Amino acid sequence: MSALAHVGQAGGGGPTDPAPAQERAGRSWLPYLLLLPGALWLFVFFVIPLLQLFTVSLQSQFPGYPGYYYRDVNFSNYLRALTDFAPQFGRSLLFAGLATFFAFCLAYPLAYAMAFKAGRWRNVMLIAVIAPFFTSFILRTVAWRQILADEGPVASTLNALHLLPGGHITETWAAVVAGLTYNFLPFMVLPIYASLERADHRVIEAGGDLYANGFTTFRTVTLPMSMPGVIAGTLLTFIPAAGDYVNADLLGADNTKMVGNVIESQFFRVLGGFPVAAALSFTLMALILAMVFVYVRRFGTEELL
Amino acid sequence: MARSSGFREAKGDLRLESVTKSFGDFTAVDDLDLVVPRGSFFALLGPSGCGKTTTLRMVAGLEQPSAGNIFIGETDLTGSRPYERPVNTVFQSYALFPHLTIRDNVAFGPKRRGDRNAMTLADETLQLVQVDHLASRKPAQLSGGQQQRVALARALVNRPEVLLLDEPLGALDLKLRRQLQVELKRIQTEVGLTFIHVTHDQEEAMTMADTVAVMNHGRIEQMGRPADMYDLPLTSFVANFVGRSNLGVGQVVDRDGDNLVAEVQGTKVKVPLARANAKDGTVMFGVRPEKVRVLRSAPEGGGDDVKGTVLDVSFTGVATEYLVRLPSGTVWSCYEQNLDVDPIDLRPGDDVWISWDPAHAFTVAADEAEARAAEEATA
Repeated sequence: MSALAHVGQAGGGGPTDPAPAQERAGRSWLPYLLLLPGALWLFVFFVIPLLQLFTVSLQSQFPGYPGYYYRDVNFSNYLRALTDFAPQFGRSLLFAGLATFFAFCLAYPLAYAMAFKAGRWRNVMLIAVIAPFFTSFILRTVAWRQILADEGPVASTLNALHLLPGGHITETWAAVVAGLTYNFLPFMVLPIYASLERADHRVIEAGGDLYANGFTTFRTVTLPMSMPGVIAGTLLTFIPAAGDYVNADLLGADNTKMVGNVIESQFFRVLGGFPVAAALSFTLMALILAMVFVYVRRFGTEELL
Repeated sequence: MARSSGFREAKGDLRLESVTKSFGDFTAVDDLDLVVPRGSFFALLGPSGCGKTTTLRMVAGLEQPSAGNIFIGETDLTGSRPYERPVNTVFQSYALFPHLTIRDNVAFGPKRRGDRNAMTLADETLQLVQVDHLASRKPAQLSGGQQQRVALARALVNRPEVLLLDEPLGALDLKLRRQLQVELKRIQTEVGLTFIHVTHDQEEAMTMADTVAVMNHGRIEQMGRPADMYDLPLTSFVANFVGRSNLGVGQVVDRDGDNLVAEVQGTKVKVPLARANAKDGTVMFGVRPEKVRVLRSAPEGGGDDVKGTVLDVSFTGVATEYLVRLPSGTVWSCYEQNLDVDPIDLRPGDDVWISWDPAHAFTVAADEAEARAAEEATA
């Protein structure tokens, strides 16, 4: 409904004198009409599969017929999801949290430089940030796996210098977190850049004019003004990173598996794993929703809530 | 006494000594010398691109001069950062902190200076500018006029030695602008700070400021009390930028006692020597439109006069403006106050005489391009 209120506002910029009744009736349908294709699409390809998945998550197996299920209200799937796979859940949230933190540390200075210091290089930098999207993200992760492999240039050089404690770069949790950070970095950079670029330069100057030195101005003016971008960036990084399984699969080992990996293997590799996989998916979704809700409540701006 | 933050205490007149600011090949401010006495309301008036905002930003420390020095009293502020100067700015777009409440916006400066009474000071200042009832709102919830008052409060609360106003009323509608002009003047008198007001609106500059400096091409063309400047402009640019003038190029032909005699487009005119800023050769002669009288018949008396034809009559309420074409082809504008209730009986095409007291005439160095530029800038 708030989306509709928005449409109404955008259209109502002009004078508000009453239009002829007929025209008004016609116009009030317009927002719904415009929403219809997207709503239909989401209904068919999101809402229905989601409901389907939910029913699957409550199914039970036919005893003696592995791989066959019957409709049921069996919450033990959820219990299994939470007890058997707690380490993977913990890892998912931890890795996603770390990746979000590192991505923020890398992205903020980059976005700041692009918005304020890049001058004519700004567009080049923007393209450089977006360029990785031209290749599939699985291909890029495979490439990382080769670069970081034990026989690859990085690991062999570090090993020759005795600088790599475990002997490997891949198959470690650090490689998974690095992969996640790398893959979701643009989603952190772009919203922060957009909010910094939109910030009124005069407002930042006003900080200096009112006795705040460079760092204080950043802390009290620039950073708070870019918070909508920071929030959007952290959400866009954390949410997909928590559900990701490609990085853990390609760069990690058995002891770095995340929830995504478990869901994938329960769906495709374990006979009779469907209900548990569905329960895992729903649990992950609920966890992320709850965390995002608390996060946005705590740090959010009016623009997001 | 310097504090650890590098803040420089300074009291006294603001002084700019041979200040120049170049951006690449473009000289925005050209060898500017200026003294603004402490506690005065000073206006920098000029068309866009004349260097007035650059001058202001150099005083604020937001730009550094390419050459020259800026002093307050005996303290040289050249090279110091904005936060080290006892100077605050009211920005053109207000530049309020969007994420802070109005009270926090105003308390920002005092807080940075470690003032324990920041909040009390903020409330007092909001009261002074009459928006204390909005203290807990965010800037986006305020109207333009209210934001303007908050921006003023945010600068005033620091009691700076010099307060800079960068076209502060530019975004407001006429009625609100008038109201805030009066109020700004009241506040300035009340707090007694040096106000430097940058504007392209000559009426605004004249109504508010004690002293007006007209800037053009990075230099000050003329500086003085508004009434003096209006009465006797010293350049063709000022003649047309500060109010309007009827101007004509002519030759100085003679002296007659205390008067200069010039021939302007076939007519001999007199100008008091004291009012002649150009005394030899080719000069530009001028009279203000309201000093010219429009008559049905040839005047008798000591004034200068010319015969012409009415081209247009526009009634503006308080006055009526007549455009009169002179035999030379030049069009003069004449304002007649509507003092009597008689209906205006002049129509376009009527033959009239226009006449003026030579005591109101002036001459400036002939520069038609500048006169035209000034006219266009105020149009």
